[in-house]
Amino acid sequence: MTLTISALKVSIGGSEILHGVDLEVRAGRVHGLAGESGSGKTMTGLAVLGLLPHGSRTAGRIELAGRDLLGLSTKELNVVRGAEIAMVFQDPATSLHPMLTVGRQLTEHMRHHLGLGAKEARARALELLAKVRIPGPEAAIDRYPHQFSGGMRQRIAIAIALACEPKVLIADEPTTALDVTVQAGVLRLLRGLCDDLGLAVLLVTHDLGVMSAVADEVSVMKDGLVVETGPRGQVLREPRHPYTRALLDALPGETVGTGTPGRETPGQDLTLGGEPR
Amino acid sequence: MSPTSAPSKTGKAPSRASRKRSPLARFLVRRVVTALLLALGITLVTFVLTNLVPGDPVSANLGQRALGDPAIVAQWRADHGLDKPLPQQYLLYLGGLVHGDLGESQQSHRPVSEDLADFVPATLELAGAAILVSLVLGVAFGVFAALRRDRLPDHVLRVLSLVGISVPTFWLALVAFYIFFYRLQVTPGSGRIDPGMTAPPHVTGLYTIDSALAGQWDVFSSAIGHLIAPALVLALYTIGLLTRFTRSAVLEVLGQDYVRAARAKGLPGRVILFRYVVRPALVPIITVAGLAFGSLLSGTVLVEAVFAWPGVGQYAYKSATTLDLPAVMGVGLVVGGVYLIINLVVDVLYGVIDPRVRVS
Ligand SMILES: Nc1ncnc2c1ncn2[C@@H]1O[C@H](COP(=O)(O)OP(=O)(O)OP(=O)(O)O)[C@@H](O)[C@H]1O
Ligand SMILES: [Mg+2]
Repeated sequence: MTLTISALKVSIGGSEILHGVDLEVRAGRVHGLAGESGSGKTMTGLAVLGLLPHGSRTAGRIELAGRDLLGLSTKELNVVRGAEIAMVFQDPATSLHPMLTVGRQLTEHMRHHLGLGAKEARARALELLAKVRIPGPEAAIDRYPHQFSGGMRQRIAIAIALACEPKVLIADEPTTALDVTVQAGVLRLLRGLCDDLGLAVLLVTHDLGVMSAVADEVSVMKDGLVVETGPRGQVLREPRHPYTRALLDALPGETVGTGTPGRETPGQDLTLGGEPR
Repeated sequence: MSPTSAPSKTGKAPSRASRKRSPLARFLVRRVVTALLLALGITLVTFVLTNLVPGDPVSANLGQRALGDPAIVAQWRADHGLDKPLPQQYLLYLGGLVHGDLGESQQSHRPVSEDLADFVPATLELAGAAILVSLVLGVAFGVFAALRRDRLPDHVLRVLSLVGISVPTFWLALVAFYIFFYRLQVTPGSGRIDPGMTAPPHVTGLYTIDSALAGQWDVFSSAIGHLIAPALVLALYTIGLLTRFTRSAVLEVLGQDYVRAARAKGLPGRVILFRYVVRPALVPIITVAGLAFGSLLSGTVLVEAVFAWPGVGQYAYKSATTLDLPAVMGVGLVVGGVYLIINLVVDVLYGVIDPRVRVS
């Protein structure tokens, strides 16, 4: 399924934050969204799910399978949220409920969206935990988020996002809070899911190194606008916008722009450090 | 309930595994032991404080002529154990306590424990009703205000809760009694039930519960009717306080990432409200509630006086003014015990609500 954002404008309390964002995220592809802090990456993701802060106004179109998500009521959106489009948030330490077990947080929306019974949902939750490579799923499922490390929590958050087999995954800087070795594992996981399940992934990051490792397409945002978009190799090797060039120059050069887009060589250019498999 | 309580699945070390209690149970045991130690501390404090009182119980209890006779005074002191050194008096007192013996009231000439058994349930019924009402209304109003933030209901509730917090309880009690009983006659008068009725058979001492148990519904409705006005008066302060605290606690939680994450999962609003918002908000609310209920207890003395409620507040007042030391100590123990229980309940609720407290 393709998620198409066109001419998206968002204003909060009178001031315009997004000035007409265009993005297309296709099935089986990882679309990297880069840009400096405050450029509107998170707001773009939140707008897709209708989760913008109170008092926000939107204009433009966000299209999924022929529907304009911006025109949906909360009730209709709740059918899309979690089930068709899922989101992984920036900080895994705060985006999990501290008082609910991992199992509860993995199963509650499955039971709601898919109508599963407690047993089926639990079995599926165990599968998911194994899929995101949480060691000892049987024990992990009854534990609480604070009993896991940051990297584990981010994997749990990803498992929760994937629980209802969404078609689109918005991952908002899923690796920023993690150290480099853990980063690579999470990214490899996302890449694999995208290839195996045909998931459309919008990967928000301001780390071009991460971008070059997994993205098929790359878009660069600045001040609420997408200033450059295209296949990874093209954008990272021959940036046309001066801002993209500046971003690239600020990077320790060696990890960027090598090889062909990640889809053809999944995992090959994950030079971000080892993670025991 | 406790997630990590099944460590013996492998069966390798059954003896160790069976000795190992679940985190919640261990947490509870720890709290209860602490509470018992505190209870011992309370007996010591009440004993010392009561003996520090400058008044002389002898002169408060014997008449002029008896006081003039040293033999009578000495006899009285010996009868009441006052001739022994203080530490020994304390130990004697503790020994009596273990057997439920709180001494004899010098005023009613009955065992203090019997006096308390008469008066304490009345106060428990009043305070318990007030606590229940303030929890339900305070939390409900607070959640509602937070969800309607900066709109009309929020403003109205803010003013009302401010009134509730700032109006002195004794004044409110007088005004409420005057308006609702004398003027409007919508509430029954003083006491726990209508004058013509007999109390229900004693089970708990709480008339509402005892009458319901006995199926005496006329007594039940009378008891409820008599309870409403004083309980509301007593509860108004805590309702206001809890409304304000709940509002801010809920607003704080509403801004948390995990609430937004729950919305992103497409969960129904009702599930998000109770599971994701109210539950975490309860932690600070419980803290405040525990403290507020302490002050609610002191408010009962005034409310009992206005509504002629035959509770422990009136008893405490009379015993204190006549230097009836055993009675005063008995009341001190009861009040201290109630504080302890409130604290214990608060601690246990922390553990039940928030797994981080019990799972290390
Ligand atoms: N609640 C809010 N109210 C008003 N403005 C906001 C709010 N949240 C964010 N903004 C503004 O919206 C703009 C875009 O913010 P956004 O969070 O989308 O940036 P970002 O690209 O995700 O940055 P980062 O890389 O730091 O996460 C910023 O200028 C920010 O100041
Ligand atoms: Mg962001």
